[in-house]
Amino acid sequence: MKFIDPHIHMNARTTDDYEAMAAAGVVAVIEPAFWLGQPRTSVDTYIDYLSTLVGWERFRASQFGIKHYCTVGLNSKEANNEALAEAVLAILPRFATKEGVVAIGEIGYDEQTKAEDKAFRAQLELAKQLDMLVMIHTPHRDKTQGTRRSMDVCIEHGLDPSKVVVDHNSEETVKETLDRGFWAAFTLYPQTKMGSERMVEVVRRFGTERIFIDSSADWGKSDPLAVPKTGRLMLARGISPEAVQKVCYANALAAYGQSGQFNESDWLAPATIDQRELFEGNSVLRGQAPQVDARPDTRPVGPVEAMSEDALVIE
Amino acid sequence: MPLPLDLLKTWTIRATDAAGRAWFDDALTRLAGEHTERDLFVFVGLAPRKLGKAPLSLTPEDLAAAEAARPGWRPDGLTVDQTARLSLLLTAADHGEPFFAAFHQLWRTADVGEQVTFHRGLPLYPEPARHLWRATDGCRTSIRAVFEAIAHGNPYPAEQFDETAWNQMCLKALFVGTTLHPIVGLEARHNRALARMMADYAFERWAASRPVAWELWRCVGPEPDERALSALARAVTSTDPLTARAATLAAHTSRVPAATELVARASDEIRAELARGDLTWDALVARAPATP
Repeated sequence: MKFIDPHIHMNARTTDDYEAMAAAGVVAVIEPAFWLGQPRTSVDTYIDYLSTLVGWERFRASQFGIKHYCTVGLNSKEANNEALAEAVLAILPRFATKEGVVAIGEIGYDEQTKAEDKAFRAQLELAKQLDMLVMIHTPHRDKTQGTRRSMDVCIEHGLDPSKVVVDHNSEETVKETLDRGFWAAFTLYPQTKMGSERMVEVVRRFGTERIFIDSSADWGKSDPLAVPKTGRLMLARGISPEAVQKVCYANALAAYGQSGQFNESDWLAPATIDQRELFEGNSVLRGQAPQVDARPDTRPVGPVEAMSEDALVIE
Repeated sequence: MPLPLDLLKTWTIRATDAAGRAWFDDALTRLAGEHTERDLFVFVGLAPRKLGKAPLSLTPEDLAAAEAARPGWRPDGLTVDQTARLSLLLTAADHGEPFFAAFHQLWRTADVGEQVTFHRGLPLYPEPARHLWRATDGCRTSIRAVFEAIAHGNPYPAEQFDETAWNQMCLKALFVGTTLHPIVGLEARHNRALARMMADYAFERWAASRPVAWELWRCVGPEPDERALSALARAVTSTDPLTARAATLAAHTSRVPAATELVARASDEIRAELARGDLTWDALVARAPATP
């Protein structure tokens, strides 16, 4: 089975993760621009970060046979540094139209401050001007209200809900997200977001229309294999393969495919992997023998029956 | 006579549907008048999303018109997003100083497709010397497509690079696994330092038991010093048919008598080809396997 992880911060992950993801069947990833944990103090480091997303990280992924896309935006936490925010908003148009940028995101609210609201609205206007999709980060705190407000503001700015992905949904937010016509993404992230077992129940209760899952794996305790693992758990729990394929692959493709930058042919007819290729004079190889002219090992992680429940459940 | 900008616009429109043309015309009109930096960023950014990336089918007449409009300019292989982006830049270029500032901001954050396009436009921008740092910095890339956009089919390096930058570019071509023959001005910009660097590189490769690019000898031939001469002598009798031929041809056309004497060491077959006039750089290029 093929998987897409439509929200993962590969910049914070190792090459071991790339290898494991490719082996587990992940064919494409979307890396949203986000907060690095350490707040940035200048627009220049932001420029270099966004350049990394459209350049180096994409190259790094390609060395492991994974297609890498990204979204660009000013995240809600750093929107609160107003001087930085203003400068970042000024340079965003230069990155929004780069090759492989599938949406403006992840944007939205963290503490729902005035500054966050201002940056969020400015970026919705940018998306509208450039006819781009939007990826919404819904807040950890005051989630239900924050999610509703995010959708209200999108509508207020005239965005079409079918062009907006609302991410980090929960059992409490999913109904309204779907009822209002938005895409509902779920993040399988231990402790703070969804768990795989809960996700199985969500799919049983709410079906598979406009629902998809991601790992949001980053520098925190998270799992870059959350999408394939949850997919396999769904199969083991009796969800049909068609439904699993929609939630773990096809719906994300349909949502972000609307950008025109995210096409199945990109990974179904991929260029040959060649780790000898250099990027800006640096190779991801550090002394190991290059893997040339071979597709990554696409063996499944293991038959579902053979996996322990512990290996499947990530919460 | 049409200017390069006229040709670029004509070719773009020829490869565009009605919706694309409407967008392109509007963008050109806006950039011709008063506009913000952001307008330039957005229009240049959007071009491939609005117009696609189809290759242009340029005719021999198109190529002749390009040569007449800008001697040395070789637009073959350009795609519609590239001609559109260059049209937009050259239209905005009428605004002088603000244009240069905006353009270099754009270049600083260019993705691979934009880097290729901007470098291919090097022979067309006003005040060419102002883009020299971008061009030499572009040569530091190891992305072959970007490197080739500067080094191949582009008259800019021969016109603007100093000897150090020129020699580094020629040597770097071999390091990124590309070819020397599409470099414009390879003969005209020949210099002794380049011959020495290339010969040193050959010795270095031989010492490591690695293959030496056959084209290298073209840069060694004109004025080899003693050490380069010994390298050339070794190459003339190489068992690699291309290397032996390239070295023989390089020796034959050398300005140094000690080099031309090396031709006598070449095989009978190669000397016969030389005598018949069949041994030319074009013939060797045609014979070489295509680079990956």
